[in-house]
Amino acid sequence: MSWTDFELNGTAVRVTASPQTPLIYVLRNELGQTGTRFGCGQELCGACKVSVDGEMRFACTLPLSEVAGREVHTVEGMAEDPIGSALLAAFEAERAGQCGYCLSGILVRARALLGETPKPDRSAICAALDDHLCRCGAHPGIIRAVARAAYALEGRSA
Amino acid sequence: MTNSLTPSLAAAPELGRWISLERQGFIAFRTGKVELGQGIETALAQIVAHELGVDLSRVVPLQVDTDNAPNEGVTAGSLSVEISGRSLRLAAAQAHSALIAAAATRLSTTPPELSLSDGGFKLNGTLTDLTIWAVSADVDWSQHVTGEVDPSAGGNIIGTSPARPDLSGKYRGGGFIHDLILPEMIHARVIRQPTRLARLVSVDEDFLARRYTGLSLYRRADFVAVMGPDEASVSRAHDEADRFTRWSDEPSRRTTMPPVQTENIGDTYSDTVEMTYEATFSRPNIAHASIGPSCALAQFADGRLTVWTHSQGIFELRKTIAICLDMDEADLLLIHAHGSGCYGHNAADDVALDAAILAMAKPGTPVRVQWSRQDELSKGPVGAGMSHRIRAALVDGKVAALYSEIDSQPHAQRPGNGGFLNLTSAEALDPARIPTHVSDLPLTRGGGASRNAVSFYDIPHQAIVRVDATSRIRTSALRSLGAHLNIYAIESAMDDLADQAEADPLDFRLAHLSDLRAKAVLAKAADMSGWVDAAGSEDRGFGLAVGRYKNKGAWLAAVAEVSVTEEVSVSRLWLCCDAGVLINPEGARSQIEGGAIQAISWTLKEAVPITDGVIAPYDWEKYPILRFSEVPRIETEFIVDQSASPLGAGEAAQGPVAAAIGNAVARVLQKRIHHLPLSRERIMAALLADE
Repeated sequence: MSWTDFELNGTAVRVTASPQTPLIYVLRNELGQTGTRFGCGQELCGACKVSVDGEMRFACTLPLSEVAGREVHTVEGMAEDPIGSALLAAFEAERAGQCGYCLSGILVRARALLGETPKPDRSAICAALDDHLCRCGAHPGIIRAVARAAYALEGRSA
Repeated sequence: MTNSLTPSLAAAPELGRWISLERQGFIAFRTGKVELGQGIETALAQIVAHELGVDLSRVVPLQVDTDNAPNEGVTAGSLSVEISGRSLRLAAAQAHSALIAAAATRLSTTPPELSLSDGGFKLNGTLTDLTIWAVSADVDWSQHVTGEVDPSAGGNIIGTSPARPDLSGKYRGGGFIHDLILPEMIHARVIRQPTRLARLVSVDEDFLARRYTGLSLYRRADFVAVMGPDEASVSRAHDEADRFTRWSDEPSRRTTMPPVQTENIGDTYSDTVEMTYEATFSRPNIAHASIGPSCALAQFADGRLTVWTHSQGIFELRKTIAICLDMDEADLLLIHAHGSGCYGHNAADDVALDAAILAMAKPGTPVRVQWSRQDELSKGPVGAGMSHRIRAALVDGKVAALYSEIDSQPHAQRPGNGGFLNLTSAEALDPARIPTHVSDLPLTRGGGASRNAVSFYDIPHQAIVRVDATSRIRTSALRSLGAHLNIYAIESAMDDLADQAEADPLDFRLAHLSDLRAKAVLAKAADMSGWVDAAGSEDRGFGLAVGRYKNKGAWLAAVAEVSVTEEVSVSRLWLCCDAGVLINPEGARSQIEGGAIQAISWTLKEAVPITDGVIAPYDWEKYPILRFSEVPRIETEFIVDQSASPLGAGEAAQGPVAAAIGNAVARVLQKRIHHLPLSRERIMAALLADE
């Protein structure tokens, strides 16, 4: 049986699933990391988004083979770095989200956004999150939370 | 004076059913209402914390399951805070009183000398060593809640917005039914009938065996599923089902339901007034479209079937699954687990039966079933399509009469409704299970098509409500039911009539209202938006609307600012709501604004694609919903009278927001679009008709 090695949220992992297996099933069922969520399986809703070497990818279609030797970052790793921690704190403070199902992908995307754009305005936040569907209409709190995290991070670096 | 008991308390009166101090340092509570993403667990925990004078962190919800929870029916209709909140409040107040009495005995004092402080007892203001957990054994928890103990007034926990513990967990990757992993669990996907009552002709099992390793097939009548330990293979086989299953559709097996059920409500129409206005409004079928497809787990072990489900009504579901599988209800345990956002009767119940069927076929093995995106959108129940024809008489600048004729598909086909199972796989197992008639919710139970069919204005209004059940489309409760289109129709008509009367839409409404709380939200929303000064332009305009959910729930007024080019975008929205006293103001705001955003999406974009009476599989490309960049800036204010009973907030916004958008668009186009959604095609057609 062949295996695949990659780094998940800073930890080396080795899995023996078939290399064609979409990453989402490896994360959820082989590694027990259930934060990456199934929404559509077609790259249309964003619930399964993860970061692979800093690039946003849809885990629902991404074959395991494509992450071999690379760094995968999921929502479970949010608390490990300053941007992720700031986002978690801001989401708590703003009570952001309603059912929460879409938030894993949104948090991962927002973390990448704040890495590239330290002070995004409302339209930049919306543009970054436009691939992410939220059915509860929790958008206002999510937008506020991302802006709040950006503000908190700016305060820390100043 | 005795406080009146809720129906839930009357049915499950034992105090210990609601409140438990078994865990040292914690107060556990249990209700029959379930978390649907609306934050109800936290709001109810706040009520318990308030009554028992403890920090919120000490209050934990207990699992809602059919063995232990009080049966509170379906979590729907914006009644959880009203009913369950009140039940818990009375139970917690009685627990408070019983604990104080027990402590008084222990301390050889009298109850008036004692008070509670975060689980400890104070004697004349001084904290003692005695705690509520220490005296809990002295309390008879089997005593009935009688309503004789008055809930406390005031306090500092109700009216605050603590973080939701369930949501904090969900930020960190867990908390959903989808995330449950049971030992030795296998995955399954049901291959759904392409049309309702289609027959399964054949399955190419050789193909399946050649192409996939480790997959097994289960077939019974027209129910067919693939199962195996590897979810990726199971899911791929499901996606490729066309390659190994053949179906036939037999029109003769189509449902032959009596077509129409009529309800006559409101005032009696007097034909002495001449009707001067007439218009017909409609909406298509609308999908629930939760981001997470429905999921369930089930396991049959030791003679008992356990089902984990995100159903809104676990007791009715238990009953229907028991009938379907020919089991004794006592041999079934249904446990509620959190699902993706729930906006009414979606596929949650269907998938629970799927899992139950497969668990019985694989005794001992836990089976997890998840629906595909396409099945979630096309095979679960959808919101009813309906039309509302309204006629009105304008006499001396005022509306003298309104007359409505409403035609709708049924809004209430939950499991058990009308005595039918109403579960997809029940019909696949036995076509005779298809309902032979449907009955919409009568107005006395909140109404389906009749919900908000008559207005709350001081205008005689009669409505004839006809429910047509002949469609093969399975329709059921979607957030606000008939209120969405009915308020859209009535509030559109009010604007048209204001124009005929050459009156300002705000003044015109106020002149027809004696309901002071309605007037207050209307005036406030207008004020917030600067209504008096709000001047539109060629492609920009404002619209206003108001409603009271079910004519007995929360009041909400909305002002929308839209811009109309080839399509409509809502740029700003002002909302004013009166939902009585707010248990959790941020939770209420989230419900109102979330409802409003969902309503914008319904109103501008959404229609379930239907061809020849059938919903073919579809996805987010064919069914776009509102995206982040399309969400307007929203300002929401509440009018709060601390003495007013709390009212649910989740369904107050849909009708007024839809109508405010429609009225704004009508102002910009100088032309009314009657049929929803106000899509690009409809706007283009309206613009082209002008040229």
